[in-house]
Amino acid sequence: MEAVAEWGRALYETTGINLTILYDAFDQKRFISGLGMTIYLSVVSLFFSLVIGVIGAWAQGSDFKLVRWLINGFIVIFRNTPPLVQIFFFYFGLSNLLPYIEDADGMRAPLFTNVQWAIISLSLFAGAFNIEIFRSGIEAVPNSTKEAASALGYTRLGTYLYIVLPLAIRVCLPALNNNLVNLLKTTSLAYAIAVPELLYASKQIWTDAQNVPTMMVVLLFTYVALVGVLVWAMNAWERSMAIPGYGAGRAR
Amino acid sequence: MAKPLIGTPAVAPWTPDQPIISIVDVRKAFGAFEVLKGVSLDVRKGEAICIIGPSGSGKSTLIRCINALVDVNSGSILVENQEVNDPRLDKLKLRRKVGMVFQQYNLFPHKTALQNVMMAPINVLKQDKKEVEERARALLAKVRLTGKENSYPGELSGGQQQRVAIARSLAMRPDIMLFDEVTAALDPETVKEVLVTIRELAEEGMTCLLVTHEMKFARDVADHIYFTDKGVIVEHAPPEEFFANPKDERTRTFLGQIL
Amino acid sequence: MSENSEAPFRPMAVLLEPRPRPIGLPDVGLPKLTMTHCYWLAVAALLVAGVAHAQAPAAPAQEALSAAPATPLSVIIKWLPFLLKGFVFNIVISLMAMALGTVSGVLLGLGQISQNALIRRTSWFVTQFFRNSPWLVLLFFAMFMIPFEFHVFGLRIPLPDWFKAIIGFALPVMANVAELLRGAIRSLPSGQWEAAESLAFSRTKTIWGIILPQCVKRMLPPWMNLYSLITMATVLASIVGVGEMLTLTAQVHAAEGGRPELFAPLYGFAMVCFFLYCYPISKLTQRLERRFNVKT
Repeated sequence: MEAVAEWGRALYETTGINLTILYDAFDQKRFISGLGMTIYLSVVSLFFSLVIGVIGAWAQGSDFKLVRWLINGFIVIFRNTPPLVQIFFFYFGLSNLLPYIEDADGMRAPLFTNVQWAIISLSLFAGAFNIEIFRSGIEAVPNSTKEAASALGYTRLGTYLYIVLPLAIRVCLPALNNNLVNLLKTTSLAYAIAVPELLYASKQIWTDAQNVPTMMVVLLFTYVALVGVLVWAMNAWERSMAIPGYGAGRAR
Repeated sequence: MAKPLIGTPAVAPWTPDQPIISIVDVRKAFGAFEVLKGVSLDVRKGEAICIIGPSGSGKSTLIRCINALVDVNSGSILVENQEVNDPRLDKLKLRRKVGMVFQQYNLFPHKTALQNVMMAPINVLKQDKKEVEERARALLAKVRLTGKENSYPGELSGGQQQRVAIARSLAMRPDIMLFDEVTAALDPETVKEVLVTIRELAEEGMTCLLVTHEMKFARDVADHIYFTDKGVIVEHAPPEEFFANPKDERTRTFLGQIL
Repeated sequence: MSENSEAPFRPMAVLLEPRPRPIGLPDVGLPKLTMTHCYWLAVAALLVAGVAHAQAPAAPAQEALSAAPATPLSVIIKWLPFLLKGFVFNIVISLMAMALGTVSGVLLGLGQISQNALIRRTSWFVTQFFRNSPWLVLLFFAMFMIPFEFHVFGLRIPLPDWFKAIIGFALPVMANVAELLRGAIRSLPSGQWEAAESLAFSRTKTIWGIILPQCVKRMLPPWMNLYSLITMATVLASIVGVGEMLTLTAQVHAAEGGRPELFAPLYGFAMVCFFLYCYPISKLTQRLERRFNVKT
């Protein structure tokens, strides 16, 4: 650790490239906690967006017109309005309409913190896309395959669980990957409501240390690396799910 | 019979001297288009019945009525003396008695051949996995697919897939097998291997209903041939008589075109 | 094994291609909401608002009595021209960013199929880099890394913030267009190249005369989708201090006394504006997608 700090200082002295995150404990802590917050936002929103996607896709097949109508309305609105305005609408607008609670010190505090609002809006935003993705996956399973399952005595639920879902997930994966990568990138919008994520932390650091170009490059590469890890993981999953003889597995 | 298989009361307990399937005046319309205009036929246990006729004559719809994949508008379908055209019907119980093989095989692409055969007995009938696996391997051997147990459908030829589909259906130990133009999507070279499998089944005494375009096969295998056209059964007869001496003009025209 | 290789690939038998379905307002028993209806609704809303606005002064006594602050609706109507001017600025930014990004993206995409390995690799790297970075970070990148003025031959060319923002938005557009182009070129049958070669077309002529025109159709729907995304992203400019609609919305909010209950209607109004602009685009995109899918 010390060697890294030493190298960082030497780099600054010899080249003028000021990587404070290498030798300044405070900046380092800020950067790492920013990175942690970005990962936290991504993972939690990813989870909730998947839940929204599965439930939404299921509810879209509901027998109640009103339910279908609401789900479609939700998708259309969240896909066609800027995610940043959605975040503002939730954080500034809705937050004020919700009741306040008393925090530990007896102070009036909003029901949700800015981090929680970021998670709510990011999950809803990505979830709206996931519903569409899951639906198209379910629709891609041909009726004849479902008919074969019925002919074997499967119930509707059994057909869904054993046949439709396993196939639908495989159809969805590429689009799902894309959307989850997008979600990871969209977490940077939480900056706008002062969530101390990667961009926010980096901006604090470059404001204090006056090393904008250096930090900017570090920041970009960090995001590219994060996206790279996610893409790699999702591709590995996709490969492990590939069916020999079809689609990606066909090349085997 | 120990217990009703279909969930609706039987007219009377079925005895092997009665038809195992008895269809009386069945009508079915999709929208304004009437596909079946009053069809009747009887099948006895162990018989192989072939239904032939031009495309769109309602053959596929007819056999789909037997395992309730298609609901009919009116008429009666008795399977082992129990009414299929009844809202109280337990379709799932019926389908465990009546196996079906499709034109497009419809295997589950994410499962190996062996898993395809094993799935339904384990998931639906809740049978013991080991016992099912044993049976599944035996069935795959029976359809001459030993060595292909771990291949995925996408890695098999059409004929091989269709034989897996037959084994999959047999694994449910059905009393009756329905075959819906099972060779129509196959390459000419692989048609034979599937037909051999079906012939063996029929010879073993499985009750078979086949919709087919293979006239030679129908003549060899069938105990009785039904000819349908435009939603009605034009005529039916044992194969020798049917091919040697067709009575109706429409049958003659059809046979003239196809033979 | 020989039997395996005989098995032809039959995607249709098992999995159908996922089809984009109109996610529009559902065609259920409720009256179907089409684009036209949406516009009628919007127009009706504006009319009602206008009437409400016109009638507001009719009850001055009441207003004086309770000293009630302006309703959210009247605030929006009062500032409507101001806010809409901001929205128009968003559209201008999006159009310019899209134009700039498309031109540079096509060049970058062609770089990826260049015969020169260095150009190919560099183009690939640039594409991946800008494609995988968050748009907001790229915007910061453009704002901070591009100087506020250029000196060329003693001439001072100032670069205002809004222009830097356009470059910031053009960067991800460029990378995405490059990727779209690469995908479109790859999806063309190789026979097209061979046919052109056998007709003694030069590589440049093949690309510009034969390959690119065929890519246009394939690229159009995703390109429109990208435009819709970049339009929605233009509000990010407010974060880096470019005065577009969201900045003006915050200003209006402050001018109206910063009442918290005004947040939801004001940001809601911004959402409505973007929705009315982007929804028709996404509908049209889906229509094109479906039409092209049927043909190919």
